[in-house]
Amino acid sequence: MATTEKDLRTPAAVGHGEEQPLLRRYPEWERLVHWGVAIAYIFLFLSGLALFHPFFFWTAALFGGGPLLRILHPFLGVTLALLFYPYAAQLWRDNLMTPTDWRWTRHAFDYMNKRYENPPDTGKYNGGQKLMYWSMVAVIAVLVTTGVLIWQPYFAPAFSATTRKAAAVLHAISAFIMFVGIGIHVYAGFWTKGSFRAMTRGTVTRGWARLHYPGWYRQMTGKEP
Amino acid sequence: MALQSLDVQRRSATSTASPQARKTLEVAKLIDVSRCIGCKACQSACMEWNDLRDEVGVNEGFYTNPKDLSDQSWTLMRFYEENIEGSLQWLILKDGCLHCTEPGCLKACPAPGAIVQFTNGLVDFHQENCIGCGYCISGCPFNIPRLSKHDNKAYKCTLCSDRVSVGLEPACIKTCPTQALSFGSKEDMLAQAEHRLDDLRERGFTKAAVYDPQGVGGTHVVFVLPHGDQPEKYGLPKDPHLGPLLSVWRSWVSRSLGVFTMFAVVVAGVFHYMKVGPLEEPKDDPPAPPSPPRKEA
Repeated sequence: MATTEKDLRTPAAVGHGEEQPLLRRYPEWERLVHWGVAIAYIFLFLSGLALFHPFFFWTAALFGGGPLLRILHPFLGVTLALLFYPYAAQLWRDNLMTPTDWRWTRHAFDYMNKRYENPPDTGKYNGGQKLMYWSMVAVIAVLVTTGVLIWQPYFAPAFSATTRKAAAVLHAISAFIMFVGIGIHVYAGFWTKGSFRAMTRGTVTRGWARLHYPGWYRQMTGKEP
Repeated sequence: MALQSLDVQRRSATSTASPQARKTLEVAKLIDVSRCIGCKACQSACMEWNDLRDEVGVNEGFYTNPKDLSDQSWTLMRFYEENIEGSLQWLILKDGCLHCTEPGCLKACPAPGAIVQFTNGLVDFHQENCIGCGYCISGCPFNIPRLSKHDNKAYKCTLCSDRVSVGLEPACIKTCPTQALSFGSKEDMLAQAEHRLDDLRERGFTKAAVYDPQGVGGTHVVFVLPHGDQPEKYGLPKDPHLGPLLSVWRSWVSRSLGVFTMFAVVVAGVFHYMKVGPLEEPKDDPPAPPSPPRKEA
């Protein structure tokens, strides 16, 4: 990870008012891609909902009507996948599950209730984030594959009605899992104060890093948390 | 077509009741395969009335022409050479929409009002609401609807709903020269079919049967098949039904549960925040060294 003068440059200027320099957590490209994926997801989700349940068919109006929504949805999906997978490919090493992470997942409920702290050897991501990472890697793959199978008029005619029905079921289930996963992800970012700043401006305070990712803190500062 | 003048049983992707102040007679088309001579007059009449012109194709080496249903060919004479009980049988079937009582297309359709079922039993596509997703094709147990390559709308036989709504018989019925096609109330058509069965059995077609598949709740196009024990020889599925996949996919219960759960996730987030409060960002390192050395991992 390249470091830099840049992110340490003006801690005071970014309004933190502390003497201690901030730690850079997400480089610029990562933030841009992350929000690119997020925007694609919002549009995909809104358009997919219209096809999933008539209760939400009104979202078609946001896309210029049903036919345009149906045309746009798969292209948005491809856009998301093209942004997500190169991004994910840069992060997989940091997301390998360790015994600590599995321990974290067993305490996920306690963590949500502030009864469990991230263990001292928590690296750049905690167990929950890593599981989120791998579930998105898997779920998006299923969504893209099944999406191609039902993509009219380009690919769907090549597959049997049974295949297309099965693909549509899997597509809906995966989209549901994705919504729940992303919902937890967004809420966790909102709940954990300081995280939103990490993904918008790229930097975090030392106290934040020490509390949530002691192992990463050690790696970044050379100090014991 | 606006709905106010029609008698609608149900509409696709619509959770509330359809306009159905009137009840109309349940109608059906009876296709007596034993009387059909394969002249294709019905095909021509369909093109004429609905003003359709399919592309001129090439001779594929058999009588079926064009070779498949399309957005321009809503009915099609299909010709089969089959070996039945040791003898060659030349079977002819007028293919097209069967207008199911439980239409898989309507169940699969995600576009409100793109597919409607009238109280007389006809299932019609309203292309102005069609979004071109092709779900109706996946949902149909008979492989009937076709997407147009030009406008990405789905098309199929309407059973001349425009004619029927003003008291006329469908164009194919009107033109059939051998009375292989009849149109009337479903009750009458079934009674007529029974008469035909008696006649056929007398002539030695002991397996003759009426094809009104109950797996889709019965249909509003009913066949008299001389070899009724083997409908698949005519290209008709033996026991068509909507199937578990369609039920899982388009089930109101599972989809509504999905939506409910998604709402629940959002609500859970709100309540969690109220109850537990945010995970506050701590103050910086307590000792506050002036400028710690940065070390790269």
